[in-house]
Amino acid sequence: MSIKADGSELAPARVVALVDSEADLIHVRQLLRAEAVRAGLGLVDQTKLVTAGSELARNILVYATGSRGEVTVERASDGERQGVRAAFSDEGPGIEDVEAAMRDGFSTRGSLGLGLPGSKRLVDELTITSAKGSGTRVTIVKWRR
Amino acid sequence: MSDIEARPAGVVPIMRIGATLLVALQGEIDDTTVLQVESQLTAEVARTHATGVLLDVSGLSIVDSFIARVIARIVAMVRLLGSEAVVVGIQPAVAITLVEMGVPMGHLDTALNAEQGMVLLRRLRRADVDQSRRL
Repeated sequence: MSIKADGSELAPARVVALVDSEADLIHVRQLLRAEAVRAGLGLVDQTKLVTAGSELARNILVYATGSRGEVTVERASDGERQGVRAAFSDEGPGIEDVEAAMRDGFSTRGSLGLGLPGSKRLVDELTITSAKGSGTRVTIVKWRR
Repeated sequence: MSDIEARPAGVVPIMRIGATLLVALQGEIDDTTVLQVESQLTAEVARTHATGVLLDVSGLSIVDSFIARVIARIVAMVRLLGSEAVVVGIQPAVAITLVEMGVPMGHLDTALNAEQGMVLLRRLRRADVDQSRRL
């Protein structure tokens, strides 16, 4: 895994991590936890964000072509609120039916089908950009309360 | 076999106290480790004829749906082997997260800590004995 931090050492504005093995899941969780703490999220919100991130990073390993993708973690701010934004992108086959994928219990891989809908319930915003054959990008935001 | 036994052979140590096995999952745990605990623990239940298992998850600061599913599976396997399993020490933030995500964990026997878990195990074993007497 390689990490590029294009910010100052004290508060990296943005961290990019490659995900192509199970060990990278732990690294993604650690990045999200660190940024959540820096953004001042409470313990429950930290836990929800890290859990959602773990689900989405695992989706890369399970669904993406070559089981690889990229995770970007950065501080989110809309002027008033502070939070954490994370993007999970891959060059995989894409999601054929995004609406179905957001439904509880829908899975093409025999899982519980909780990854996407479950993650959506854990964060404040979840957006999916995907089309068949052109990869998938899932972005989540969790704001400080 | 002595009354207390610790077997550090696997990735996660399994302690035996009398007829109860105790496993503590801790820290940043990866999928492979959880799966290893699953196979190790079921083998240990069979080997030691343990009548109860305490699965301590108080050291886990996050449990995602995969880890939760394996924990639920471990409990089901232990029960199939004729033993009882109690999950203890789920952190409040983890409990909130699992419920919100919709991970089905309601069927598990749980307790706040290891001590209360031991009490619950004793009760479950007694219920087992009562039931078999009735049959």
